Amino acid sequence: MRLNRRRFIGTGVAASATLAAPMVMGQARPRVIVVGGGAGGATAARYIAKDSQGAVDVTLVEPTRTYYTCFFSNLYIGGFRELGSIAHSYGTLASEYGVNVVHDWVVGVDRDAKTVALAGGGALPYDRLVLSPGIDFVDGAVPGWDVSAQNAMPHAYKGGSQTELLKAQIEAMPEGGTYVMVAPPNPFRCPPGPYERISMVAHKLKAENPTAKIIIADPKANFSKQGLFEEGWQKHYSGMITRIGPDFGGENVTVDPAAMTVDIDGEIVKADVCNVIPAQKAGRICEIAGITEGNWAPVDGHTMQSRVDENIHVLGDATNQGDMPKSGFSANSQAKVAATAVRAALTGSRAFPAKFSNTCWSLINAEDGVKVGATYEATDEKIVKVDGFISQTGEDADLRRATYQESLGWYSGITSDMFG
Amino acid sequence: MRLLKLITLALSLVLPVAGAWADEEAVPIGDAERGAKVFNQCKGCHQVGAGAENRIGPHLNGVFGRHAGGLDGFAYSKGMQRAASDGMEWDLRRLDAYLENPRALVSGTRMSFRGLKNPADRDDVLAYLRGFSDSPQNIPEAAPTAQHREVDLPPDVLELVGDTAYGEYLSSECKTCHQQDGSDAGIPSITHWPEEDFVVAMHAYKQKLRPHPVMQMMAGRLSDEEIAALAAYFKDPD
Repeated sequence: MRLNRRRFIGTGVAASATLAAPMVMGQARPRVIVVGGGAGGATAARYIAKDSQGAVDVTLVEPTRTYYTCFFSNLYIGGFRELGSIAHSYGTLASEYGVNVVHDWVVGVDRDAKTVALAGGGALPYDRLVLSPGIDFVDGAVPGWDVSAQNAMPHAYKGGSQTELLKAQIEAMPEGGTYVMVAPPNPFRCPPGPYERISMVAHKLKAENPTAKIIIADPKANFSKQGLFEEGWQKHYSGMITRIGPDFGGENVTVDPAAMTVDIDGEIVKADVCNVIPAQKAGRICEIAGITEGNWAPVDGHTMQSRVDENIHVLGDATNQGDMPKSGFSANSQAKVAATAVRAALTGSRAFPAKFSNTCWSLINAEDGVKVGATYEATDEKIVKVDGFISQTGEDADLRRATYQESLGWYSGITSDMFG
Repeated sequence: MRLLKLITLALSLVLPVAGAWADEEAVPIGDAERGAKVFNQCKGCHQVGAGAENRIGPHLNGVFGRHAGGLDGFAYSKGMQRAASDGMEWDLRRLDAYLENPRALVSGTRMSFRGLKNPADRDDVLAYLRGFSDSPQNIPEAAPTAQHREVDLPPDVLELVGDTAYGEYLSSECKTCHQQDGSDAGIPSITHWPEEDFVVAMHAYKQKLRPHPVMQMMAGRLSDEEIAALAAYFKDPD
């Protein structure tokens, strides 16, 4: 491997695992590169390394050393989690599973040579490439906003410093101030996410700044768990939240980050905090690799292989796969299907039918949790929904508390499943 | 004899509703007299009848139709509280499943009883307990809780030998929520279960006998073979 200054944590473990591993398909260990260490990529790296027992060389390329989950970041904003509790590192993937963890950006993919180029220089060869880059924002989606404005008007739609910034801005709001959210159009990461965030912001403001107002400019007529959120907002935060849907111009929004104003269908609103969540597209590396159609990377749900290049698997938010929502749970579920397919292709291990599931928990107020979920399977055309459920309005407090407790259990479960 | 038992049972249950026992379609659950003897092995923990109180276990007056975990002043296990918040109610079908194997219906229950494996024993003790509960059975438009519905799994389902490798693959879906190391905060542990308990529990979800909507959905699409595969894997997942 041609590498300069790359940090290969855990190569010693990987090397010792090699001694016990069978040589497969007549070559040195087949190489898998996973790009992106979130719910899709970390899970895929862990499962491929774990289940191949050293027979596959797995490299995970992820720019950050500390990963903040986007899921539960709203709970940090609401004061229900410490930031440290949603922070994770890659040490266990390296030390326990022998994954080569490289902290760098992938800036190019040569699909013919089957190599990826790193920002720090050098290239890594692969037999299979797994891209799990999450989302980027569509340029010009909200007129007046681009990423250079993300300090004035944070998106906080990737976990970490943006989340901290948004929370700090909410805490600095003047008494009776105004929080404006510009909500994204479909499809986007975490469909209930903006509305859980509104709930958490309202929870915080009700305690700290009870005369503050929340305005949502929303281009969508409907949103995930709408009945549950609206019931909860009425019950817990009556009079605080105003949602302007497309029937009242919620899709016609321009922002001015310098003036901190939002123009909603001609009406100028002065914002103390403006949370702009723009329209989204697949993480940029998918576009660079030339595997996108429109904003997303189409995949075959049987294996999560790109429809453009069978040597590339794509996971999670970046994909266009069918019926599954863009969520950490979905990405984690897809990663296991991809990991099985990658191992089968590279080592001849047994392939099993693709099964997927998703559940999204949302917190509306302290111990008032709700959830929605479904199971899915692959068809040749797309991933299709099999069965589903959703929390009901009017549920009693015990059930809501149990649902919240369950979400805490899930967080521990999925993060263990991702990072070991 | 059979008719006599039916009438005795009906009399003890539905006296306030005139004519309610005239429903000749009602099927007795079992032999309540014999059930009183079977109940002797329950008495160490449970009281039933006049003046019954909570002891090691809750008293069983009015247990039919009672909300799980529904007695004030009894310290239920976390598992039973979870079943309660999921909305479980003690109808005949669930009581039967619980008596057969308490842990298979309610994970983490403190009822440390290995279960009545003989269906006739369960029928009879339930017929006996039925005498200490109100009877919606013969009241028009009430749920027919006295109708015995079979929850037993056919032997061939219980005897399926699970494909452990397939189970390991399927288990990856479980592990998004249930932790490999057996932690049970918020979400129950599913590792190191006896295979039969695991199979019965999953079928109980699949048949919507256990109340949790996520688990009903997850189990609902698993075949008998897939459930057996998961049970084989989770028996010893390390």
